[in-house]
Amino acid sequence: MGIRFILMVNKQGQTRLAQYYEWLTLEERRALEGEIVRKCLARNDQQCSFVEHRNYKIVYRRYASLFFLVGVDNDENELAILEFIHLLVETMDRHFGNVCELDIMFHLEKAHFMLEEMVMNGCIVETSKSNILSPIQLMDKTS
Amino acid sequence: MASPSLMDTLFQRSLDDIIKGLRHQQTTESTFISKVIEEIRRETKSTDLQTKSTALQKLTYLNSIHFVDMSWASFHAIECISSPTFSHKKIGYLAISQSFNESTPVILLISNQLRKDLKSGNEFEVSLALDCLSRIGTVDLCRDLSSEVFTLMSSSKVFVRKKAIGVVLRLFDKYPDAVRVCFKRLVESLESGDSQTVSVVVGVFCELASKDPRSYLPLAPEFYRILVDSRNNWLLIKALKIFAKLAPLEPRLAKRVVEPICDHMRKTGAKSLVFECIRTVVTSFTEYESAVKLAAAKIHEFLMEDDPNLKYLGLHALSIMAPKHLWGVLENKDVVIQSLSDEDPNIKLESLRLVMAMVSESNVVEICRVLVNYALKSDPEFCNEIIGSILSTCCRNVYEVIIDFDWYVSLLGEMSRIPHCQKGEEIENQLIDIGMRVKDVRPELVRVGRNLLIDPALLGNPFLHRILSAAAWVCGEYVEFSRNPVDLMEGLLQPRTSLLPSSIRTVYMQSAFKVLIFCMRSYFVQMEDMTSEVPDLASKMECSESSDLATGKAPAQSDQDEGFNPRNSNQSYEDPSVVGAGDGQTSASAFLEEKGFTHESTVNLLNLMELAMGPLSGSYDVEIQERARNVLGFIELVKRDISNPSLRKEANLEREEVIASRIVEWVHDAFSEELGPVSMTAQNRVLIPDGLVLKENLTDLEAICGSVELPSSTSFSLRSPYYGESAGVSISNLQGEEDSDPSTESTSLLTEHRKRHGLYYLPSEKNEILANYYPPANDLSSGINANDDSQDLVKLTDQSLASKRKPSHAKPRPVVVRLDEGDAAADLAKKPEVKDDLLSGAIRDILLSNEAKPTSSQSNPSEKSSSKRKGKDKLNVDLPDSKENLAVGEQPNPENPSSRKSKHRGHGKEKNKKSRGKKNGDGREDDGEKEKQKSRDHHGRHKTRQRADAPLNVVSQTPVVPDYLL
Repeated sequence: MGIRFILMVNKQGQTRLAQYYEWLTLEERRALEGEIVRKCLARNDQQCSFVEHRNYKIVYRRYASLFFLVGVDNDENELAILEFIHLLVETMDRHFGNVCELDIMFHLEKAHFMLEEMVMNGCIVETSKSNILSPIQLMDKTS
Repeated sequence: MASPSLMDTLFQRSLDDIIKGLRHQQTTESTFISKVIEEIRRETKSTDLQTKSTALQKLTYLNSIHFVDMSWASFHAIECISSPTFSHKKIGYLAISQSFNESTPVILLISNQLRKDLKSGNEFEVSLALDCLSRIGTVDLCRDLSSEVFTLMSSSKVFVRKKAIGVVLRLFDKYPDAVRVCFKRLVESLESGDSQTVSVVVGVFCELASKDPRSYLPLAPEFYRILVDSRNNWLLIKALKIFAKLAPLEPRLAKRVVEPICDHMRKTGAKSLVFECIRTVVTSFTEYESAVKLAAAKIHEFLMEDDPNLKYLGLHALSIMAPKHLWGVLENKDVVIQSLSDEDPNIKLESLRLVMAMVSESNVVEICRVLVNYALKSDPEFCNEIIGSILSTCCRNVYEVIIDFDWYVSLLGEMSRIPHCQKGEEIENQLIDIGMRVKDVRPELVRVGRNLLIDPALLGNPFLHRILSAAAWVCGEYVEFSRNPVDLMEGLLQPRTSLLPSSIRTVYMQSAFKVLIFCMRSYFVQMEDMTSEVPDLASKMECSESSDLATGKAPAQSDQDEGFNPRNSNQSYEDPSVVGAGDGQTSASAFLEEKGFTHESTVNLLNLMELAMGPLSGSYDVEIQERARNVLGFIELVKRDISNPSLRKEANLEREEVIASRIVEWVHDAFSEELGPVSMTAQNRVLIPDGLVLKENLTDLEAICGSVELPSSTSFSLRSPYYGESAGVSISNLQGEEDSDPSTESTSLLTEHRKRHGLYYLPSEKNEILANYYPPANDLSSGINANDDSQDLVKLTDQSLASKRKPSHAKPRPVVVRLDEGDAAADLAKKPEVKDDLLSGAIRDILLSNEAKPTSSQSNPSEKSSSKRKGKDKLNVDLPDSKENLAVGEQPNPENPSSRKSKHRGHGKEKNKKSRGKKNGDGREDDGEKEKQKSRDHHGRHKTRQRADAPLNVVSQTPVVPDYLL
């Protein structure tokens, strides 16, 4: 499994989106998110975007007030994951129009839906923005 | 707030309301949430699906963001997915994906609904079901739904098809038999022109290959085509990952692939792809010099960039490269060393690893010195990283890189004093380990230990307690090397030892006891020295030495010339009391004069000990109490004789005096037994006697082992004087026998070492002088700044580059006792076992056994096998087209009816290549080849038949895998 989880966390360390590709209990999740937030949010812009954590790596990137954190296996390509994060942000941007934290809070379901289009079983399966968004737009239209 | 119990439906709060509510109630979030959950619980009971699904939606949100338990609502989620309305379904599926797991009791209830949705005409419903299956698929679900997924894999809608392919990964993982159904279609999708599908399939194969690469070797041509033709970086990265796994298995493949990889590395502008190429090359193509050079150049580019990400990755790639191509690290050492003071701790850590990779015999001293200076100035975390990596590098492979152990031991002492040091346990282990392994270093070890022990400030730092314990043990065990045992004694008994945990305190007490025994014995020896006239010193010395050599015994003391060794003398003389004085007096007396054991000082020591032990005899800790009482008992026995000076003067040869001296002698005997390192595999070498039944379950051992503590000193028991008197001689004799007994492994090993490397056993006097001669490796007070440090380090590594070894070392490396395989066994780790799990077995079945009749209980084996063969043939036929530079003209005729089996083809190619190598001339050679080929075919078929019989018992074999790329 390449990607183990995707988190979006705001500056205050509150989780805004959490998608796991392996089963964790609530307690495990709480502990994990706490540790990661503590580790990553303390870092500054001049430091690299990769953090080793337990037996895997976290690749993260900050966009405005929101941190995108992706937990990946050690042999995953870190730069590709950064590109993936950027793709995710661009996709959301295209859909919400200048996406912000509130968009994700109020449209969590849609964000999950986008992720489901992009990632399956921890593998990145779709990297074209229009392919990712077309089912969502269709659903929006019909509902 | 309106009462939620009324008209739930009408006044139900939506998710948005909850989110808004949460945003405005930061302070009382938890009460707000619990109120909302109460509402949700009520709402889920509603019969109206709209209400229910909204409630579920809210719960899912809270679960995802606020860690609210939602396992209780699993049945409601199932109700939602069975709703005909898409929006309800969507909410239900999201809830299920998020909250269901293997142990959810109702999970099997969704099987039917999933099947229904998988067959639905609405592609979004299908996709919901597929996504859900990929997240929560259990063995049962995967088994039940594999045929539906199989159908969807060839759906006409790309949207559905790619998701179905994505699900296959989960399917294979949980239910490996699904391979029989789906694998062929998966391979076919590789060839489909549709880019979306291909990228999913390659992703799936990338994951599969990372678990068991060997099974996918036959698909190498497909991946090769992607590697060469694709322009999609995502896809290329996956393909590279696959080849990184496949190449080490098949050298011919590696040879073939390395060029395209280098091409990508040169041409592409995408850093992610470049990095993947670098990583692939440095992990799996390390033999290809030019490729590694190119990778190193690219790494250098990364390191030169300002971007911390690239810098980190560059360092990371270097550390992958280091074990096989250290030159890559050395070329970039400037950057590496500069990065030690980078502001990013992760980069610092990577560069630290690299610096440690550069350590060699010749530069270890200097590098460690500079690193320790770094550590002093670093934050606690990095400081401990540095200390930890110094420790682990230096002890690697039984202290391989250490030449000068005196230096290393004093470095250990210094590191213990670094304020942030938290590596007590590791330092403790090494101090004791070195003490046991390296005889020559013991004087220095005792010196270092003493310095630690006498510093009362150190006792206040709990992280140092383990180190102090080791220091105490070392000083007790090797007290004969101490210059001032009284000093040691005071250190061991100082009041602040009450700060130590009881387990370590016991070590202190035992060590103090050892020191006491040593001092008293020295005193007695001195006494008898003065009183008894021993006629021929020289001959005695010789005698004891020659007996030493002749028997080849190597007790610790005898070679140290101080020679307080009762055992030797016991052999020469029957009477132990005479003996005590007998051996090695010259040095002993000189030694004692220096140390000045007068009667007063000995009595003082006894008093000091008694004073310190007194309160401890009432300790609540049984270990402490027991030891204190033992010591006190001993003191009582001895003191009577010794404390009365008049008695002593009048009758120092009388019975009482002799008794005290004898008791001391016996206890000393007990302590002077050498403790050697024990091989880790020592137990294995003990043959199990016949009739001994070893328990399978050792749980009741817990009760016994629970109380065992750290390597505390040799256990002893103070016997009653009556017993001792009668048994004294036999005890010493016994020990003599034990020593000569070859079956005591460590002793005999030590003896052997001594025999073989006798010249390395320097006399201790000389040793000490040398030890003094060494300047301290690290001056704590020297305030060199970081820049100086890094420059130093640059210079150092320069040196290490320029001169591989320092021309000569000040002194030869002392012998390090090393227990043959015993120590190596630790490094060996577990051999990577080829895990032939169900999945790889099934896949190999399919990929390799085209002509074997499938014996599996599948519905339509004949159809399957034939189509499989078709797929296989296609694979093969494709190949020559894409590789023109294959043995052109010598290609096996594709229409040749005899080559209907892929294996023929593979071998045929091999044959052609070979015969081309022989300039195609020799017909007989060809015949021979054909013969071989036939037999090989036969072999292959035989194997496949075997496999068909027992599909899970797959032999790991390369020769059967045809080499498609050549």
